[in-house]
Amino acid sequence: MSFKQISQIAGSAMSAQTVRLNTIASNLANAQSAAGTPDSTYHARKPVFAALAAREGLGEQQLPGARVQVLDVVESQEPLRKAYEPENPLANENGEVFYPNVNPVAEMTDMLSASRAFETNVEVLSRVKSMQQSLLRLGDA
Amino acid sequence: MSIDFSKATGIHDDALRLRAERTKVLASNVANVSTPGYQARDIDFAASLRSALGSGDGFVDDLPLDTGGQDLMYRVPYHPAQDGNTVELGVEQAAFAQNAMEFQTSLTFVNMKLKGLAKAISGQ
Repeated sequence: MSFKQISQIAGSAMSAQTVRLNTIASNLANAQSAAGTPDSTYHARKPVFAALAAREGLGEQQLPGARVQVLDVVESQEPLRKAYEPENPLANENGEVFYPNVNPVAEMTDMLSASRAFETNVEVLSRVKSMQQSLLRLGDA
Repeated sequence: MSIDFSKATGIHDDALRLRAERTKVLASNVANVSTPGYQARDIDFAASLRSALGSGDGFVDDLPLDTGGQDLMYRVPYHPAQDGNTVELGVEQAAFAQNAMEFQTSLTFVNMKLKGLAKAISGQ
């Protein structure tokens, strides 16, 4: 039986969704972090997920499952928001500051999607746990 | 007269193994719901049954499940996503719940067989 691998698959998805939630929290927290130069401005971050076929210990009657791995966390290439605020202490010589390219609405929907995906995998884990427990009770009266 | 324990549970231990393997495939689909380009997969039980039927001589009283060499098929999505991901969470959750129920059913059958054997051994 491959219950251990199922737990690993669901666990990998849960940690990947946690990384996603982490970047969303970082993006939302820094949505208003202005800076004087485009390079030093915070850029929105997005994790890149990839499927990782779990082939270790693959017997002849075992089917491959696929875990989730976080390949990388990339920075968004969307243009930054430029604002004319000469009174801002961070403003450059033209009186401009740069705001991060974070879209709060997109981040909120992404957050809902990530937390739902996390919950679904928790459900998978609890279901697999009850399957394993009933297998252990096999032969009981 | 002797009891062959490997044959006692019949088809159900094969079925249990296949159900557990299918749980893994479906859990992979659910886990990769937000992985770009991931293609949902599943075991085709009907094809497995057909290949088992085809190898027999027509009359079968104890139909074996073809547990070896079964192929993973690709799921055909109702609405393909733009990033190439073909996981549809509702479909996968329904399949997962159904598969878990069928696992419990097979488990119940094995349990009943074992109880019968225990009664036969204790001579009740």
